[in-house]
Amino acid sequence: MELDILTVKSIIILLVFGISLGIATYSTWAERRLAAYLQDRQGPNRAGPLGLLQPIADAVKLFTKEEFIPASANKWLFIFGPSLAMLTALMSSAVIPFGSTLEIGDKFIPVQGIEVNIGVLYSFGIVSLGVYGIMIGGWASNNKFSLLGAVRAASQNISYELAMGLAIVAVLMMSGSLDLRKIVEDQHGGNWNVFYQPLGFIIFLTCAFAECNRTPFDLPESENELVGGYHTEYSSMKLGLFLFSEYVNMFVASAIVSVLYFGGYNYPGMDLVADHVPHNLATAIGIAVMFAKTFFFIFFFMWIRWTIPRFRYDQLMSLGWKSLIPLAIANIIVTGCVILLFN
Amino acid sequence: MRLSDRAKDVSDKNMSFAERIYLPAIATGLGVTIKHFFKKKVTIQYPEVQRPVSPNFRGLHVLKRDDEGRERCTACGLCALSCPAEAISMVAEERKKGEEHLYREEKYAAVYEINMLRCIFCGFCEEACPKQAIYLQSDKMAPAFYGREEVIYGKDRLLESKDKTRPTDGPKRRLTATDTYIDPIAVGYNRQLKK
Repeated sequence: MELDILTVKSIIILLVFGISLGIATYSTWAERRLAAYLQDRQGPNRAGPLGLLQPIADAVKLFTKEEFIPASANKWLFIFGPSLAMLTALMSSAVIPFGSTLEIGDKFIPVQGIEVNIGVLYSFGIVSLGVYGIMIGGWASNNKFSLLGAVRAASQNISYELAMGLAIVAVLMMSGSLDLRKIVEDQHGGNWNVFYQPLGFIIFLTCAFAECNRTPFDLPESENELVGGYHTEYSSMKLGLFLFSEYVNMFVASAIVSVLYFGGYNYPGMDLVADHVPHNLATAIGIAVMFAKTFFFIFFFMWIRWTIPRFRYDQLMSLGWKSLIPLAIANIIVTGCVILLFN
Repeated sequence: MRLSDRAKDVSDKNMSFAERIYLPAIATGLGVTIKHFFKKKVTIQYPEVQRPVSPNFRGLHVLKRDDEGRERCTACGLCALSCPAEAISMVAEERKKGEEHLYREEKYAAVYEINMLRCIFCGFCEEACPKQAIYLQSDKMAPAFYGREEVIYGKDRLLESKDKTRPTDGPKRRLTATDTYIDPIAVGYNRQLKK
Protein backbone atom coordinates (compact mmCIF):
# COMPACT_ATOMS: atom_id res chain seq x y z
CA MET A 1 0.00 0.00 0.00
CA GLU A 2 2.83 2.37 0.86
CA LEU A 3 4.34 1.56 -2.52
CA ASP A 4 1.10 2.54 -4.27
CA ILE A 5 1.12 5.96 -2.68
CA LEU A 6 4.78 6.37 -3.60
CA THR A 7 4.00 5.41 -7.20
CA VAL A 8 1.11 7.85 -7.47
CA LYS A 9 3.20 10.54 -5.78
CA SER A 10 6.11 10.07 -8.16
CA ILE A 11 3.72 10.20 -11.09
CA ILE A 12 2.30 13.47 -9.74
CA ILE A 13 5.78 14.89 -9.18
CA LEU A 14 6.88 13.92 -12.69
CA LEU A 15 3.68 15.41 -14.10
CA VAL A 16 4.17 18.67 -12.20
CA PHE A 17 7.78 18.77 -13.43
CA GLY A 18 6.77 18.07 -17.02
CA ILE A 19 3.86 20.48 -16.96
CA SER A 20 6.04 23.27 -15.54
CA LEU A 21 8.52 22.73 -18.36
CA GLY A 22 5.81 22.41 -21.00
CA ILE A 23 3.99 25.54 -19.89
CA ALA A 24 7.26 27.48 -19.74
CA THR A 25 8.13 26.26 -23.26
CA TYR A 26 4.85 27.41 -24.67
CA SER A 27 4.98 30.63 -22.66
CA THR A 28 7.86 31.68 -24.89
CA TRP A 29 5.66 31.12 -27.92
CA ALA A 30 2.65 32.77 -26.26
CA GLU A 31 4.78 35.74 -25.25
CA ARG A 32 5.94 36.35 -28.81
CA ARG A 33 2.51 35.85 -30.31
CA LEU A 34 0.88 38.06 -27.71
CA ALA A 35 3.52 40.74 -28.10
CA ALA A 36 2.86 40.72 -31.82
CA TYR A 37 -0.90 40.85 -31.39
CA LEU A 38 -0.67 43.77 -28.99
CA GLN A 39 1.44 45.57 -31.58
CA ASP A 40 -0.86 44.80 -34.55
CA ARG A 41 1.50 42.14 -35.91
CA GLN A 42 1.20 38.39 -36.43
CA GLY A 43 4.20 36.99 -34.58
CA PRO A 44 5.87 33.65 -35.32
CA ASN A 45 3.27 31.68 -37.30
CA ARG A 46 5.39 29.76 -39.80
CA ALA A 47 6.76 26.76 -37.87
CA GLY A 48 3.85 24.36 -37.77
CA PRO A 49 0.19 25.34 -37.42
CA LEU A 50 -0.08 28.77 -35.72
CA GLY A 51 3.69 28.59 -35.22
CA LEU A 52 3.26 25.98 -32.50
CA LEU A 53 6.56 24.27 -33.37
CA GLN A 54 8.47 27.54 -32.84
CA PRO A 55 9.65 26.66 -29.29
CA ILE A 56 11.07 23.38 -30.60
CA ALA A 57 12.87 25.22 -33.40
CA ASP A 58 14.22 27.69 -30.81
CA ALA A 59 15.40 24.84 -28.61
CA VAL A 60 17.17 23.15 -31.53
CA LYS A 61 18.81 26.47 -32.38
CA LEU A 62 19.96 27.08 -28.82
CA PHE A 63 21.30 23.53 -28.40
CA THR A 64 23.26 23.61 -31.64
CA LYS A 65 24.82 27.03 -31.14
CA GLU A 66 28.44 27.39 -30.14
CA GLU A 67 29.06 26.75 -26.45
CA PHE A 68 31.14 29.82 -25.66
CA ILE A 69 32.85 30.54 -22.35
CA PRO A 70 34.87 33.79 -22.15
CA ALA A 71 38.57 33.27 -21.44
CA SER A 72 38.51 35.52 -18.38
CA ALA A 73 35.38 33.94 -16.93
CA ASN A 74 35.36 31.55 -14.02
CA LYS A 75 34.45 28.42 -15.92
CA TRP A 76 32.72 26.42 -13.20
CA LEU A 77 30.73 29.31 -11.77
CA PHE A 78 29.85 30.33 -15.32
CA ILE A 79 28.19 26.94 -15.85
CA PHE A 80 26.81 26.80 -12.32
CA GLY A 81 24.91 30.11 -12.59
CA PRO A 82 22.29 29.13 -15.21
CA SER A 83 22.07 25.61 -13.75
CA LEU A 84 21.17 27.02 -10.36
CA ALA A 85 18.67 29.46 -11.87
CA MET A 86 16.91 26.59 -13.65
CA LEU A 87 17.12 24.24 -10.64
CA THR A 88 15.53 26.67 -8.21
CA ALA A 89 12.88 27.66 -10.73
CA LEU A 90 11.80 24.03 -11.15
CA MET A 91 11.99 23.17 -7.43
CA SER A 92 9.51 25.79 -6.29
CA SER A 93 6.53 24.23 -8.06
CA ALA A 94 6.79 21.09 -5.89
CA VAL A 95 4.60 22.36 -3.03
CA ILE A 96 1.86 24.01 -5.06
CA PRO A 97 -1.51 22.26 -4.58
CA PHE A 98 -2.82 21.91 -8.11
CA GLY A 99 -5.99 20.13 -7.12
CA SER A 100 -8.01 18.54 -4.35
CA THR A 101 -7.61 14.78 -3.77
CA LEU A 102 -7.66 11.81 -6.11
CA GLU A 103 -9.55 8.71 -4.91
CA ILE A 104 -7.44 5.66 -5.70
CA GLY A 105 -8.67 2.43 -4.13
CA ASP A 106 -9.72 3.45 -0.61
CA LYS A 107 -7.13 6.21 -0.33
CA PHE A 108 -7.40 9.93 -1.04
CA ILE A 109 -4.17 11.26 -2.46
CA PRO A 110 -3.73 15.03 -2.74
CA VAL A 111 -2.71 16.42 -6.15
CA GLN A 112 0.46 18.10 -4.93
CA GLY A 113 4.13 17.29 -5.32
CA ILE A 114 5.04 17.26 -1.65
CA GLU A 115 2.62 18.00 1.14
CA VAL A 116 4.38 20.04 3.77
CA ASN A 117 2.97 22.29 6.47
CA ILE A 118 5.50 25.01 5.63
CA GLY A 119 4.65 25.26 1.92
CA VAL A 120 4.75 29.05 1.88
CA LEU A 121 8.15 29.18 3.55
CA TYR A 122 9.52 26.46 1.26
CA SER A 123 8.47 28.11 -1.96
CA PHE A 124 9.69 31.56 -0.94
CA GLY A 125 12.94 30.10 0.34
CA ILE A 126 13.52 28.46 -3.02
CA VAL A 127 12.44 31.53 -5.01
CA SER A 128 14.87 33.70 -3.07
CA LEU A 129 17.64 31.22 -3.88
CA GLY A 130 16.92 31.89 -7.55
CA VAL A 131 18.76 35.19 -7.39
CA TYR A 132 21.99 33.32 -6.62
CA GLY A 133 21.87 31.83 -10.09
CA ILE A 134 21.76 35.33 -11.56
CA MET A 135 24.37 36.65 -9.12
CA ILE A 136 26.81 33.81 -9.80
CA GLY A 137 26.24 33.99 -13.55
CA GLY A 138 26.78 37.74 -13.62
CA TRP A 139 29.85 37.56 -11.39
CA ALA A 140 31.48 34.65 -13.19
CA SER A 141 31.15 36.39 -16.58
CA ASN A 142 33.84 38.88 -15.54
CA ASN A 143 32.08 41.63 -17.47
CA LYS A 144 31.05 44.98 -16.05
CA PHE A 145 27.59 44.90 -17.60
CA SER A 146 26.95 41.38 -16.32
CA LEU A 147 28.09 42.38 -12.86
CA LEU A 148 25.88 45.49 -12.87
CA GLY A 149 22.92 43.38 -13.93
CA ALA A 150 23.64 40.83 -11.23
CA VAL A 151 23.99 43.50 -8.53
CA ARG A 152 20.74 45.06 -9.67
CA ALA A 153 19.01 41.67 -9.55
CA ALA A 154 20.28 41.02 -6.04
CA SER A 155 19.28 44.36 -4.57
CA GLN A 156 15.95 44.35 -6.38
CA ASN A 157 15.05 40.86 -5.18
CA ILE A 158 16.02 41.63 -1.59
CA SER A 159 13.98 44.85 -1.63
CA TYR A 160 10.89 43.26 -3.04
CA GLU A 161 11.08 40.04 -1.04
CA LEU A 162 10.49 42.13 2.09
CA ALA A 163 7.28 43.67 0.80
CA MET A 164 6.22 40.32 -0.64
CA GLY A 165 6.75 38.52 2.65
CA LEU A 166 4.86 41.25 4.54
CA ALA A 167 1.97 41.01 2.07
CA ILE A 168 1.72 37.27 2.67
CA VAL A 169 1.82 37.71 6.45
CA ALA A 170 -1.69 39.18 6.24
CA VAL A 171 -2.89 36.07 4.35
CA LEU A 172 -1.18 33.82 6.87
CA MET A 173 -2.87 35.69 9.73
CA MET A 174 -6.23 34.91 8.12
CA SER A 175 -5.56 31.23 7.51
CA GLY A 176 -3.42 30.64 10.59
CA SER A 177 -1.27 28.17 8.70
CA LEU A 178 1.77 28.04 6.43
CA ASP A 179 0.31 25.06 4.61
CA LEU A 180 -0.61 26.08 1.06
CA ARG A 181 -3.31 23.38 0.97
CA LYS A 182 -4.88 24.76 4.16
CA ILE A 183 -4.81 28.26 2.66
CA VAL A 184 -6.61 26.96 -0.43
CA GLU A 185 -9.18 24.98 1.58
CA ASP A 186 -10.00 28.17 3.54
CA GLN A 187 -11.05 29.86 0.28
CA HIS A 188 -13.74 27.26 -0.41
CA GLY A 189 -16.16 28.14 -3.21
CA GLY A 190 -15.95 31.79 -4.16
CA ASN A 191 -14.65 32.87 -0.76
CA TRP A 192 -11.35 34.05 -2.17
CA ASN A 193 -8.66 35.94 -0.27
CA VAL A 194 -8.51 38.68 -2.87
CA PHE A 195 -11.87 40.01 -1.62
CA TYR A 196 -10.41 40.39 1.89
CA GLN A 197 -6.91 41.39 0.87
CA PRO A 198 -7.16 43.56 -2.27
CA LEU A 199 -4.24 45.75 -1.17
CA GLY A 200 -2.18 42.71 -0.20
CA PHE A 201 -2.90 41.20 -3.61
CA ILE A 202 -1.72 44.29 -5.46
CA ILE A 203 1.44 44.46 -3.37
CA PHE A 204 2.09 40.76 -3.85
CA LEU A 205 1.53 40.95 -7.60
CA THR A 206 3.85 43.95 -7.95
CA CYS A 207 6.52 42.14 -5.99
CA ALA A 208 6.00 38.99 -8.07
CA PHE A 209 6.79 41.05 -11.18
CA ALA A 210 9.98 42.26 -9.54
CA GLU A 211 10.96 38.78 -8.30
CA CYS A 212 10.55 37.29 -11.78
CA ASN A 213 12.58 40.18 -13.30
CA ARG A 214 9.68 40.95 -15.60
CA THR A 215 8.87 44.32 -17.11
CA PRO A 216 8.36 46.94 -15.70
CA PHE A 217 11.05 45.71 -13.28
CA ASP A 218 13.40 43.93 -15.69
CA LEU A 219 16.34 46.13 -14.76
CA PRO A 220 18.82 43.24 -14.33
CA GLU A 221 18.69 42.61 -18.08
CA SER A 222 17.63 46.03 -19.35
CA GLU A 223 19.06 45.71 -22.82
CA ASN A 224 19.32 49.39 -23.63
CA GLU A 225 21.44 50.14 -20.58
CA LEU A 226 23.36 46.95 -19.85
CA VAL A 227 23.68 45.18 -23.24
CA GLY A 228 22.03 42.02 -21.91
CA GLY A 229 22.48 42.48 -18.17
CA TYR A 230 23.56 39.39 -16.27
CA HIS A 231 23.43 37.14 -19.35
CA THR A 232 25.50 39.40 -21.64
CA GLU A 233 28.30 36.81 -21.97
CA TYR A 234 26.03 33.81 -22.27
CA SER A 235 25.23 31.94 -25.44
CA SER A 236 23.66 28.67 -26.58
CA MET A 237 21.66 26.64 -24.07
CA LYS A 238 23.21 28.32 -21.03
CA LEU A 239 21.52 31.51 -22.19
CA GLY A 240 18.48 29.37 -22.93
CA LEU A 241 18.41 28.14 -19.33
CA PHE A 242 18.49 31.70 -17.99
CA LEU A 243 15.68 32.81 -20.26
CA PHE A 244 13.75 29.60 -19.69
CA SER A 245 14.02 29.81 -15.91
CA GLU A 246 12.37 33.23 -16.15
CA TYR A 247 9.35 31.60 -17.77
CA VAL A 248 9.27 28.77 -15.24
CA ASN A 249 9.40 31.40 -12.49
CA MET A 250 6.55 33.23 -14.16
CA PHE A 251 4.46 30.04 -14.18
CA VAL A 252 5.25 29.37 -10.51
CA ALA A 253 4.50 32.97 -9.54
CA SER A 254 1.18 32.82 -11.41
CA ALA A 255 0.29 29.54 -9.68
CA ILE A 256 1.18 30.98 -6.25
CA VAL A 257 -0.89 34.12 -6.88
CA SER A 258 -3.85 31.89 -7.83
CA VAL A 259 -3.35 29.74 -4.73
CA LEU A 260 -2.87 32.57 -2.24
CA TYR A 261 -5.46 35.07 -3.50
CA PHE A 262 -7.73 33.46 -6.08
CA GLY A 263 -8.75 30.27 -4.33
CA GLY A 264 -6.52 27.82 -6.24
CA TYR A 265 -8.76 24.97 -7.37
CA ASN A 266 -11.88 26.46 -5.74
CA TYR A 267 -14.61 27.99 -7.84
CA PRO A 268 -18.16 29.17 -7.15
CA GLY A 269 -20.62 26.31 -7.37
CA MET A 270 -18.04 23.61 -6.66
CA ASP A 271 -20.23 21.97 -4.00
CA LEU A 272 -23.05 21.60 -6.50
CA VAL A 273 -20.64 19.98 -8.97
CA ALA A 274 -19.18 17.73 -6.28
CA ASP A 275 -22.65 16.42 -5.41
CA HIS A 276 -23.41 15.35 -8.95
CA VAL A 277 -20.18 13.98 -10.40
CA PRO A 278 -17.67 11.37 -9.15
CA HIS A 279 -14.97 12.61 -6.79
CA ASN A 280 -12.12 12.22 -9.26
CA LEU A 281 -13.98 14.14 -11.98
CA ALA A 282 -14.74 16.99 -9.56
CA THR A 283 -11.01 17.08 -8.74
CA ALA A 284 -10.16 17.18 -12.43
CA ILE A 285 -12.50 20.15 -12.93
CA GLY A 286 -10.79 21.82 -9.96
CA ILE A 287 -7.37 21.23 -11.55
CA ALA A 288 -8.65 22.73 -14.80
CA VAL A 289 -9.91 25.78 -12.89
CA MET A 290 -6.53 26.12 -11.17
CA PHE A 291 -4.74 26.03 -14.51
CA ALA A 292 -7.19 28.50 -16.04
CA LYS A 293 -6.37 30.95 -13.25
CA THR A 294 -2.65 30.32 -13.67
CA PHE A 295 -2.87 30.88 -17.43
CA PHE A 296 -4.75 34.11 -16.85
CA PHE A 297 -1.95 35.39 -14.63
CA ILE A 298 0.70 34.30 -17.14
CA PHE A 299 -1.29 36.24 -19.73
CA PHE A 300 -1.46 39.17 -17.32
CA PHE A 301 2.34 39.08 -16.84
CA MET A 302 2.76 39.35 -20.61
CA TRP A 303 0.01 41.91 -21.00
CA ILE A 304 1.75 44.15 -18.43
CA ARG A 305 5.09 43.61 -20.14
CA TRP A 306 3.82 45.07 -23.40
CA THR A 307 2.00 47.93 -21.71
CA ILE A 308 4.25 49.51 -19.10
CA PRO A 309 7.74 50.81 -19.81
CA ARG A 310 10.64 49.94 -17.56
CA PHE A 311 11.11 51.79 -14.25
CA ARG A 312 14.17 53.87 -13.54
CA TYR A 313 16.34 52.21 -10.91
CA ASP A 314 15.77 54.87 -8.22
CA GLN A 315 12.02 54.74 -8.91
CA LEU A 316 12.13 50.99 -8.46
CA MET A 317 13.89 51.33 -5.13
CA SER A 318 11.67 54.13 -3.84
CA LEU A 319 8.55 52.20 -4.88
CA GLY A 320 9.75 49.13 -3.03
CA TRP A 321 11.01 50.76 0.16
CA LYS A 322 8.92 53.89 0.48
CA SER A 323 5.56 52.67 -0.81
CA LEU A 324 5.14 48.91 -0.83
CA ILE A 325 6.74 48.07 2.53
CA PRO A 326 4.82 50.75 4.54
CA LEU A 327 1.62 49.77 2.74
CA ALA A 328 2.21 46.10 3.50
CA ILE A 329 2.82 46.89 7.18
CA ALA A 330 -0.35 48.98 7.28
CA ASN A 331 -2.17 46.08 5.67
CA ILE A 332 -0.94 43.72 8.39
CA ILE A 333 -2.05 46.11 11.13
CA VAL A 334 -5.52 46.59 9.62
CA THR A 335 -5.92 42.83 9.08
CA GLY A 336 -4.86 42.18 12.67
CA CYS A 337 -7.32 44.73 14.04
CA VAL A 338 -10.18 43.29 11.98
CA ILE A 339 -9.39 39.73 13.08
CA LEU A 340 -9.26 40.83 16.73
CA LEU A 341 -12.52 42.80 16.49
CA PHE A 342 -14.63 40.23 14.67
CA ASN A 343 -13.39 36.93 16.05
CA MET B 1 -0.74 81.30 -32.64
CA ARG B 2 -1.76 77.68 -32.65
CA LEU B 3 -0.78 75.57 -35.63
CA SER B 4 -2.76 72.54 -34.53
CA ASP B 5 -5.21 71.67 -31.80
CA ARG B 6 -2.93 68.92 -30.51
CA ALA B 7 -0.82 71.24 -28.37
CA LYS B 8 -1.12 70.63 -24.63
CA ASP B 9 -0.41 73.12 -21.91
CA VAL B 10 2.46 72.04 -19.70
CA SER B 11 1.87 72.37 -16.00
CA ASP B 12 3.97 71.54 -12.98
CA LYS B 13 1.07 71.16 -10.56
CA ASN B 14 1.35 68.40 -8.00
CA MET B 15 -0.01 65.05 -9.04
CA SER B 16 -3.34 64.03 -7.61
CA PHE B 17 -3.62 60.94 -5.42
CA ALA B 18 -4.96 58.85 -8.32
CA GLU B 19 -2.03 59.92 -10.46
CA ARG B 20 0.49 59.25 -7.73
CA ILE B 21 -0.60 55.68 -7.05
CA TYR B 22 -0.17 55.04 -10.78
CA LEU B 23 -2.72 52.22 -10.88
CA PRO B 24 -5.52 54.02 -12.81
CA ALA B 25 -2.96 54.98 -15.45
CA ILE B 26 -1.85 51.34 -15.69
CA ALA B 27 -5.47 50.24 -16.10
CA THR B 28 -5.94 52.77 -18.91
CA GLY B 29 -2.75 51.53 -20.55
CA LEU B 30 -3.89 47.91 -20.30
CA GLY B 31 -7.15 48.95 -21.95
CA VAL B 32 -5.25 50.55 -24.82
CA THR B 33 -3.05 47.53 -25.43
CA ILE B 34 -5.89 44.99 -25.25
CA LYS B 35 -7.80 47.04 -27.80
CA HIS B 36 -4.90 46.50 -30.17
CA PHE B 37 -5.10 42.76 -29.48
CA PHE B 38 -8.45 42.61 -31.28
CA LYS B 39 -7.52 45.02 -34.07
CA LYS B 40 -7.00 43.86 -37.61
CA LYS B 41 -3.36 42.97 -38.15
CA VAL B 42 -1.50 45.03 -40.73
CA THR B 43 0.88 42.22 -41.74
CA ILE B 44 0.56 40.92 -45.29
CA GLN B 45 1.23 37.16 -45.21
CA TYR B 46 3.64 37.45 -48.13
CA PRO B 47 3.95 34.25 -50.10
CA GLU B 48 0.24 33.44 -49.72
CA VAL B 49 -1.07 37.00 -49.97
CA GLN B 50 0.57 39.54 -52.24
CA ARG B 51 0.21 43.25 -52.15
CA PRO B 52 -1.54 44.48 -55.31
CA VAL B 53 0.80 46.38 -57.62
CA SER B 54 0.06 49.16 -60.06
CA PRO B 55 -0.79 48.09 -63.65
CA ASN B 56 2.28 49.94 -64.86
CA PHE B 57 4.56 48.47 -62.20
CA ARG B 58 8.03 47.77 -63.59
CA GLY B 59 8.95 44.21 -62.69
CA LEU B 60 11.00 41.48 -64.31
CA HIS B 61 11.86 41.91 -68.00
CA VAL B 62 10.54 39.78 -70.83
CA LEU B 63 11.63 39.63 -74.49
CA LYS B 64 8.45 39.63 -76.55
CA ARG B 65 7.51 37.73 -79.70
CA ASP B 66 5.22 39.06 -82.40
CA ASP B 67 1.85 37.61 -83.46
CA GLU B 68 3.51 34.91 -85.55
CA GLY B 69 5.77 33.88 -82.71
CA ARG B 70 8.93 35.51 -84.08
CA GLU B 71 11.38 37.32 -81.85
CA ARG B 72 10.87 41.05 -82.12
CA CYS B 73 14.34 42.10 -81.02
CA THR B 74 16.63 43.29 -83.76
CA ALA B 75 19.67 43.79 -81.53
CA CYS B 76 19.95 47.50 -82.28
CA GLY B 77 21.47 48.10 -78.85
CA LEU B 78 19.32 51.09 -78.00
CA CYS B 79 18.21 49.47 -74.78
CA ALA B 80 21.82 48.94 -73.71
CA LEU B 81 22.56 52.51 -74.75
CA SER B 82 19.72 53.93 -72.73
CA CYS B 83 20.35 51.81 -69.69
CA PRO B 84 21.62 54.10 -66.89
CA ALA B 85 22.80 51.14 -64.86
CA GLU B 86 24.64 49.53 -67.76
CA ALA B 87 22.97 46.23 -67.11
CA ILE B 88 22.22 45.07 -70.66
CA SER B 89 24.60 43.50 -73.13
CA MET B 90 23.90 41.58 -76.31
CA VAL B 91 25.48 39.87 -79.31
CA ALA B 92 23.94 40.57 -82.70
CA GLU B 93 23.77 38.05 -85.49
CA GLU B 94 22.47 38.10 -89.04
CA ARG B 95 19.34 36.13 -89.87
CA LYS B 96 20.09 33.25 -92.23
CA LYS B 97 17.84 31.94 -94.94
CA GLY B 98 15.14 29.71 -93.53
CA GLU B 99 15.09 31.49 -90.18
CA GLU B 100 12.37 33.95 -91.16
CA HIS B 101 9.87 32.16 -88.95
CA LEU B 102 12.16 32.66 -85.95
CA TYR B 103 13.24 36.29 -86.19
CA ARG B 104 11.15 39.13 -87.52
CA GLU B 105 14.04 41.38 -88.50
CA GLU B 106 17.13 40.63 -90.56
CA LYS B 107 19.33 41.02 -87.52
CA TYR B 108 18.63 39.46 -84.16
CA ALA B 109 20.15 39.09 -80.70
CA ALA B 110 21.91 35.75 -80.46
CA VAL B 111 22.80 36.55 -76.86
CA TYR B 112 20.84 38.96 -74.72
CA GLU B 113 21.78 39.41 -71.10
CA ILE B 114 20.49 41.56 -68.28
CA ASN B 115 22.33 41.71 -64.98
CA MET B 116 19.53 41.86 -62.43
CA LEU B 117 21.86 43.13 -59.71
CA ARG B 118 22.75 46.15 -61.83
CA CYS B 119 19.25 46.76 -63.17
CA ILE B 120 17.36 49.54 -61.39
CA PHE B 121 14.04 48.73 -63.10
CA CYS B 122 13.69 52.25 -64.49
CA GLY B 123 12.04 51.02 -67.72
CA PHE B 124 14.24 53.12 -70.02
CA CYS B 125 15.00 50.03 -72.13
CA GLU B 126 11.29 49.56 -72.68
CA GLU B 127 10.95 53.22 -73.69
CA ALA B 128 13.98 53.12 -75.97
CA CYS B 129 13.03 49.95 -77.85
CA PRO B 130 11.86 50.78 -81.39
CA LYS B 131 10.57 47.24 -81.97
CA GLN B 132 8.57 46.92 -78.75
CA ALA B 133 10.62 43.87 -77.97
CA ILE B 134 11.44 44.36 -74.30
CA TYR B 135 8.86 44.85 -71.59
CA LEU B 136 8.94 45.07 -67.82
CA GLN B 137 6.17 42.84 -66.56
CA SER B 138 3.80 44.35 -64.06
CA ASP B 139 2.89 41.07 -62.40
CA LYS B 140 6.26 39.44 -61.83
CA MET B 141 9.12 40.70 -59.71
CA ALA B 142 12.77 39.79 -59.94
CA PRO B 143 13.33 37.07 -57.35
CA ALA B 144 15.95 36.94 -54.61
CA PHE B 145 19.17 35.22 -55.64
CA TYR B 146 21.24 32.62 -53.89
CA GLY B 147 24.33 32.95 -56.05
CA ARG B 148 26.00 35.40 -58.42
CA GLU B 149 25.70 33.06 -61.40
CA GLU B 150 21.91 33.23 -61.14
CA VAL B 151 21.92 37.00 -61.34
CA ILE B 152 22.62 37.40 -65.05
CA TYR B 153 19.49 36.58 -67.03
CA GLY B 154 20.12 35.23 -70.54
CA LYS B 155 17.65 34.63 -73.31
CA ASP B 156 16.76 31.31 -71.70
CA ARG B 157 15.07 33.18 -68.89
CA LEU B 158 14.03 36.37 -70.64
CA LEU B 159 12.47 35.23 -73.89
CA GLU B 160 8.76 34.59 -74.05
CA SER B 161 7.81 31.03 -74.98
CA LYS B 162 6.21 30.37 -78.39
CA ASP B 163 2.67 30.25 -77.03
CA LYS B 164 3.45 33.48 -75.14
CA THR B 165 3.14 31.81 -71.75
CA ARG B 166 5.95 31.48 -69.29
CA PRO B 167 8.37 29.83 -68.53
CA THR B 168 10.50 30.77 -71.45
CA ASP B 169 12.26 28.57 -73.97
CA GLY B 170 15.02 30.80 -75.29
CA PRO B 171 18.50 29.45 -76.10
CA LYS B 172 20.87 29.00 -73.16
CA ARG B 173 23.80 30.62 -74.95
CA ARG B 174 25.78 33.08 -72.85
CA LEU B 175 28.39 35.72 -73.65
CA THR B 176 31.79 34.18 -74.22
CA ALA B 177 35.25 35.64 -74.46
CA THR B 178 35.17 35.58 -78.26
CA ASP B 179 31.85 37.37 -78.65
CA THR B 180 31.69 40.86 -80.07
CA TYR B 181 29.03 42.56 -78.07
CA ILE B 182 27.56 45.94 -77.35
CA ASP B 183 29.50 47.12 -74.37
CA PRO B 184 27.40 49.11 -71.97
CA ILE B 185 30.43 50.71 -70.39
CA ALA B 186 31.69 52.26 -73.60
CA VAL B 187 28.29 52.54 -75.19
CA GLY B 188 28.12 52.65 -78.92
CA TYR B 189 31.31 50.65 -79.49
CA ASN B 190 31.58 47.01 -80.16
CA ARG B 191 34.13 45.35 -78.03
CA GLN B 192 35.67 42.03 -77.24
CA LEU B 193 34.96 40.66 -73.82
CA LYS B 194 38.15 40.95 -71.81
CA LYS B 195 39.69 37.71 -70.70
